[in-house]
Amino acid sequence: MSNMIETKELIFEYKGNEEENVVAVKNLSLTVKEGEFLVVLGHNGSGKSTLAKLINAILLPSGGKVYVNNMDTSNEEMIWNIRQKAGMVFQNPDNQIVATIVEEDVAFGPENLGIDPAKIRKRVDEALKSVGIYELRRKPPHLLSGGQKQRVAIAGVLAMRPQCIIFDEPTAMLDPSGRKEVMDTIKKLNKEGITIIHITHFMEEAVNADRVIVMDDGKIALEGNPKEVFSRVNKLKELGLDVPQVTLLAHELINEGIEIPEDILTVDEMVSRLCQLL
Amino acid sequence: MLRDITLGQYYPINSIIHNLDPRFKILSSFAYIIALFIVKNIQAYFIVIGFLGLTIYLSKVPLKYILRGLKPIFLIIILTLAVNIFMTPGEVLYRIGPVKITREGIEMAVLMGLRLIFLIIGTSLLTLTTSPIELTDGIERVLSPFKKIGVPAHELAMMMTIALRFIPTLLEETDKIMKAQMARGADFESGNIVKRAKSLIPLLVPLFIGAFRRADDLAMAMEARCYRGGENRTRMKQLKFEARDYIATIITIFFVISIVVMRYIL
Repeated sequence: MSNMIETKELIFEYKGNEEENVVAVKNLSLTVKEGEFLVVLGHNGSGKSTLAKLINAILLPSGGKVYVNNMDTSNEEMIWNIRQKAGMVFQNPDNQIVATIVEEDVAFGPENLGIDPAKIRKRVDEALKSVGIYELRRKPPHLLSGGQKQRVAIAGVLAMRPQCIIFDEPTAMLDPSGRKEVMDTIKKLNKEGITIIHITHFMEEAVNADRVIVMDDGKIALEGNPKEVFSRVNKLKELGLDVPQVTLLAHELINEGIEIPEDILTVDEMVSRLCQLL
Repeated sequence: MLRDITLGQYYPINSIIHNLDPRFKILSSFAYIIALFIVKNIQAYFIVIGFLGLTIYLSKVPLKYILRGLKPIFLIIILTLAVNIFMTPGEVLYRIGPVKITREGIEMAVLMGLRLIFLIIGTSLLTLTTSPIELTDGIERVLSPFKKIGVPAHELAMMMTIALRFIPTLLEETDKIMKAQMARGADFESGNIVKRAKSLIPLLVPLFIGAFRRADDLAMAMEARCYRGGENRTRMKQLKFEARDYIATIITIFFVISIVVMRYIL
């Protein structure tokens, strides 16, 4: 499979007012394969949101390169192609909805791409059905719940037919049920072949990923599949992150001398392991 | 409390007038306003009443609801009447000390008063029967021929859309900030006007900061969705002139012509 996203020795520096430049991303090299579900974890200020904006060409690298589908983000002619291929969903659902009616908002992206009206209609309907809010298409967005609003935002990106979607903490402002709605949608899209880069600080959301990256101070601190990453409980704590509760429980049990694997991620798995012990 | 504020005054029902093309409604409102100012004698108002009555009847909006829109300008109407009655020179009918009422004055007052009332009713019919979204859409398309001479039609429509989109969001936020401050002992409801206005300052500051942050976020989200201004942009919804729009256009043209005939030919 080809690379969807590739960063090469990527550096990004925020220009402060008085020589107080903050380097948010330091020498980061990363490749994301087509169809992959990558979760990026990290505490506040670890550079994970900056990374997302660099991929979408909202920010341009201070050093190094970002390639989306082999297109260089610093090439200005490619910028709209890149944004169409790699869509982005942001944290605050209220601040990314443009129109006063759900279906009009979903149409916003394709309208910007200059697509034929009849085709936009088709894309909008498909996108709305795909995230399961087709019946809400005539509603004004301010009457929807947080999870529904975030799904409107996802549909808006989907209508542009991207190959990759970058989620920048889409669940941070939602309640648990909204969070579940959004996570289920993300998983479904990944199954349909869309490359997902999911940035979050909820450890539980990383459990289903193909690969997890933990960022710290603009660099990759840990990398691997969820089991590998979460089994390193002490290292994660050092980085100021929590591990999923179940994994923490396993870790504590091992410390107490009980023999269970260290890489348990889900409650079901824990239950079956504990039953085997009894 | 703030949630009760309704947006605009759109009266959401299904009627022939509601279903007319917004471009037609905007342009015919203009024609109507111009026609009103052409009228110079009271007889011509019968045509206006006929036209307005037909529109109101077809729009199915209750007359009471429409007349309620006149309340805010009641004072202005009274003032206009008074100024016209007392200040117009001409054949004196009554005289009370230095104040005199003239025949021309009464005629003028009736003419002006009715003109104001018809103006308000006619234009409020536009907003009563057209949803804000259709209105913005209509304005964008009515103005688009003027793009060549530098009228920012798309930008204006986009600003209106975003404003409409964020009014409920900002109202909600205002409500939240008010409650947060009331919980800490702020008082928005007592004292005189000056005191009340002062108590709004700690409300406005966080509201403005929040609005700017939202604007920043929204701009980024729009760019991420390939927004690059009105050029090469298509629209999902196409406005189409249908049979009813043509009929309505003919009626409106007929109305304007008869007003012109009343003024200049008869």
